[in-house]
Amino acid sequence: MTPLPISHFTATSCIGRGLAATLLALEQSRSGLKPCDFETVTLETQIGEVAGVDAVRIPAALQAFDCRNNRLAQLGLEQDGFAAAVRASAARWGSERMGVFIGTSTAGILETEIAFRQRDPVSGALPKGFDYEHRQNSFSVSDYVRRALELRGPAFSLSTACSSSAKAFAVAQRMIGAGLIDAAVVGGVDSLCLTTLYGFHSLQLTARGACRPFDLKRDGLSIGEAAAFALLERDAETKADDGAPIWLLGCGESSDAHHMSSPHPEGAGARMAMRRALDAAAVSAADVGYINLHGTGTPSNDSAESLAVSAVFGDDTPCSSTKAATGHTLGAAGALEAVVCALALRHGLLPAGLNRTEPDPQLSLNYLTQPRHAAISTALSNSFGFGGVNCALLLGRAA
Amino acid sequence: MTGLTVAIEGVGVLGPGLPDWPASAAVLAGRASYQPLRTVLPAPSVLPPAERRRAGRVIKLALAIGAEAVAHAGRDPRSLASVFTSSGGDGDNCHEMCVALADSERLISPTRFHNSVHNAAAGYWGIGYGCTEASVTLCAYDASFAAGLLEAATQVTQQSRPVLLLAYDSDYPPPLQNHRRIADAFGLSLLLAPAGAVAALATLRLTLSQETASSLARPELEALRLSCPAARGLPLLEHLAQSRSGRVILDYLDSVRLAVEIVA
Repeated sequence: MTPLPISHFTATSCIGRGLAATLLALEQSRSGLKPCDFETVTLETQIGEVAGVDAVRIPAALQAFDCRNNRLAQLGLEQDGFAAAVRASAARWGSERMGVFIGTSTAGILETEIAFRQRDPVSGALPKGFDYEHRQNSFSVSDYVRRALELRGPAFSLSTACSSSAKAFAVAQRMIGAGLIDAAVVGGVDSLCLTTLYGFHSLQLTARGACRPFDLKRDGLSIGEAAAFALLERDAETKADDGAPIWLLGCGESSDAHHMSSPHPEGAGARMAMRRALDAAAVSAADVGYINLHGTGTPSNDSAESLAVSAVFGDDTPCSSTKAATGHTLGAAGALEAVVCALALRHGLLPAGLNRTEPDPQLSLNYLTQPRHAAISTALSNSFGFGGVNCALLLGRAA
Repeated sequence: MTGLTVAIEGVGVLGPGLPDWPASAAVLAGRASYQPLRTVLPAPSVLPPAERRRAGRVIKLALAIGAEAVAHAGRDPRSLASVFTSSGGDGDNCHEMCVALADSERLISPTRFHNSVHNAAAGYWGIGYGCTEASVTLCAYDASFAAGLLEAATQVTQQSRPVLLLAYDSDYPPPLQNHRRIADAFGLSLLLAPAGAVAALATLRLTLSQETASSLARPELEALRLSCPAARGLPLLEHLAQSRSGRVILDYLDSVRLAVEIVA
């Protein structure tokens, strides 16, 4: 594929609003996880909650979209001058030549969960003012973003569980390649809700304390929330005071065809996705300087992913999971971790995987437990989802 | 704009009063009258017994339409990339999850939870056929059909390989039914391939457009088109059923529609 410039990007998660706060937390190996006190949830687990989401105001014209998930989207768009950069891009390309592709797994289902508690005891009706289209439906977040940014080109949501927003990059790359659009806003927005907290708990996949990816005693994931966005353009007009663009070099996709909620034990699908990303970019495995692992902290994910990475890269490439810092932000994880890779490329900072105190001898990778300063030219981000849907993104400092 | 040119090699349809593509083609070509009987969903024989038993309505629907389109095209399902598009996914499962979460015990079935992902049907498709190719699942509310067709055609032209498109939705039970009206289960699947394929039923050229979406002349079919997001593709199927070249405008977003030139 032709490398595509990522001319602007931003991320908001429990480790910070925007790039400066995110980079600082990664440099300081600071986690945003805390004991779960979300809504009415009574589970012994930890969460990565973004502070201040409930105080975000949705613009008056878009009030129908007002829900926690779209407030998180709005908060994310306000960071790092991202919305302004998109408006400048729209002035260049035309708003009808810009697509919007956002990944989400649960959109605004939290509002529906709460509405079901408030059903009329006789009729079973949902409370007055319940709005399915603009809050619960998976498209609501992409619809919100395209309206908030006044973009008029093709749009849809990607919803492939925990690889949703990685897939958004692949979609935009294809659509720009086909000449249908000249630029796209891609990203991921997923917010805390009861469905995922109680759902992962039912599968015994949530950690009791903070998650410990790649640790011998890892016992599951910690759920987080995030909004991360990137602006992909046919070509970039880089201004002197901007950081140089980061490039999307390759996307690799595959399916496990194995199980709905467990990865293929040898990571066959993950392996194929990584190889395809390298092949698409014509980059050799030896040239990749950092891998941001999917690294959820569940026993099965980390062992399957370790085998897959080892098969493609050997055991020397520095790698880490940033989910012990941010939590697993599910549908937003692909975009959030693409931003982590972009920061690693721009600032030469390879973030540490936190909470790994006792190495698992079965996991052979070069897993960083301290941040490392090193100039790298390419970085890979892995995202794997329920249903066995895999996506690897390869990013670089140069085309 | 040059647009995307792709061939259609196979069609699958299942909906109210429409048991398969040949029966649907007869209705759309005017050779048969339309009787909107409740959609009958077959058990997905491709799944192992435990999964088959637990498969909800949209999983049955998606697997049935995909199987028909693949068989029609004579393609091997294991080798096909896929685009799944649906507004709401499994509405029954969503209802059961929300009911359980509203209860003080909050006991969620693990199967219900992993079936709640929007890409559940795609996961079962991959497991059923042993297909490890790339699959994407997307949603654009009422615009889901055109969004899926656009993505599938983009993949075909960018990657020069066939792609299976599956568009499907089913009705929610109450109370969500009162806030999201979908009449019944309806699904439409197209096997798209690079233009020039020998086995093509028709060739499509897709462009973005500002024109108004095409409607269907017969009121009962126009009602069906509007009753389910996947049925927004019926104007295209009408041309295929009649082996008629022409141009239709498919419903997409408020700001953009999808124009399709059909060479039958």
